[in-house]
Amino acid sequence: MEFSILTLCYLVGSVTFIIGLKMLSDPANARKGNLIAAAGMTIAIAGTIFLYESDGEKLHNYGWIFGGLIIGGIIGTLAAKKVQMTAMPEMVSLFNGMGGACAALISIIEFDHIANNPVVVNPGHVLIIFAGLVIGSVSFAGSIVAWGKLNGKFGDFAFSGQHIVNIIILLVVVASSAYVVYNSDVELNESFLYGILALSLLYGVFFVLPIGGADMPVVISLLNSFTGVAAACGGFLYENKVMLTGGILVGAAGTLLTILMCRAMNRSLKNVLIGSFGASGSSKGAAGGKDQGQYKEVSLSDAAVVMSYASKVMIVPGYGLAVAQAQHVCHELEKMLAEKGVDVKYAIHPVAGRMPGHMNVLLAEADVSYDKLLEMEQANDEFPSTDVVLVLGANDVVNPAAKTDTSSPIYGMPILDVELAKMVIVNKRSMKPGYAGIENELFFRPKTSMLFGDAKKVLQDLVAEIKNL
Amino acid sequence: MTALTWISANQEMIYIVILMIFLGIEVIGRVPSVLHTPLMSGANAIHGVVIIGAIIVMGKAEHDNYLALSLGFLAVILGTLNVVGGFVVTDRMLEMFKKKKK
Repeated sequence: MEFSILTLCYLVGSVTFIIGLKMLSDPANARKGNLIAAAGMTIAIAGTIFLYESDGEKLHNYGWIFGGLIIGGIIGTLAAKKVQMTAMPEMVSLFNGMGGACAALISIIEFDHIANNPVVVNPGHVLIIFAGLVIGSVSFAGSIVAWGKLNGKFGDFAFSGQHIVNIIILLVVVASSAYVVYNSDVELNESFLYGILALSLLYGVFFVLPIGGADMPVVISLLNSFTGVAAACGGFLYENKVMLTGGILVGAAGTLLTILMCRAMNRSLKNVLIGSFGASGSSKGAAGGKDQGQYKEVSLSDAAVVMSYASKVMIVPGYGLAVAQAQHVCHELEKMLAEKGVDVKYAIHPVAGRMPGHMNVLLAEADVSYDKLLEMEQANDEFPSTDVVLVLGANDVVNPAAKTDTSSPIYGMPILDVELAKMVIVNKRSMKPGYAGIENELFFRPKTSMLFGDAKKVLQDLVAEIKNL
Repeated sequence: MTALTWISANQEMIYIVILMIFLGIEVIGRVPSVLHTPLMSGANAIHGVVIIGAIIVMGKAEHDNYLALSLGFLAVILGTLNVVGGFVVTDRMLEMFKKKKK
């Protein structure tokens, strides 16, 4: 009886995951969808703790289980509540890594269990254990590296022939796992387990390290689907249908999401993974280094005057705005200009910031109204009738090289055609290239004026200037 | 031969896997790019379902098996972090979308 209630709990859990995911892809219901999935998860977890039986025996070690749940729950809530909006992407990556590590640990314990209890082992069972171990630890190591790269702890790192080394490591992992699985009825050697664990971790690190920071969202999404598959391995292991549904659902949806993200940048997944974006960009920067000519600066008061007397201003936010936490001041500037009768809108590139949708989330935090945010196509239609474009800490998404320079690593990415407007004011901290590590010709064009400084500081000063006009 | 027996013994699970692959792709097929980040974060929270495996491992561990106890305890903590952190972060992101609708 109790066990059939548990089956019901798992059924409810599985259905809420599907409904939740469905609602998450619709703006009007997204938040509700998240809560529904969370409720289903709670039911599934509570059901497992109190109703799970294996061979007629209930679970024990409740103290440990609740201890872990409480510790994890408190740390998780605090971390998720305290993290700043700009650091969301790396937080997601970190949580994803935790899930991967969890799957890998389950595999280690299960392996230890069957190695020390010599019963007839099904090779399929061993195969699943190893799949969970390998995928989970690759996801863990990769996510930690992605997290470190996003918050600037690790730089790009690549050595020549790294892709060959990666492939060799992967082959060794697969071959030795296959060997153990094939011989699992004879002997199970723990040294294999730890060898494979170490190599998988190494592979995760090498897999993510050479990929440029601008591509991290894609990588996180991919690792996210890896963790899904690792969780599904656990589902296979315990014939647990909610783990299986949840895991595979995320694995499939995550893979599609990864492809959609690549498509938003007009690149293929293969190009992202083996293209080594950052590496090729920086080497070209060093070799090229051609003289771009002079750029011109604009003073704060000039910028303030030009914007106040324009009839239409378009703001192009980028990662610089996010780093400086300038979304609130930005909204203030927008309101002030609107009071002066200026038509102010935001042009949002699909991959502006560090993640698709990053800018929308950020500007929403500052109460910017939804209808002021234009998507790329709409914005490009409106640039010709725009007087002033204010680029706030965006770089690659407005780089004309994406349209003209076939050798550029971002060639082919759709960009915001800010040059169609009458004047472009670019706010940046310095002339340093953006995240993709490439020069931006836009800054040297006659229509462009530079306004150097931290986005928040500059916007505050602009607001003050406009007030005094 | 063993492969065949394994497949027939696990056919139910294999059916679920295949159906879920199609469902997962179908369900998010029409997501607007604005929601990519929250969707990724929400999916991240859902694969935290791996916590159930951690609870089972922990609950089955013998009292004197310190390896299983300590690793299982760690797994429960990490899995909970994934679930709780994932859902809370997603909710925070989406909360902002809602506010601006009003």
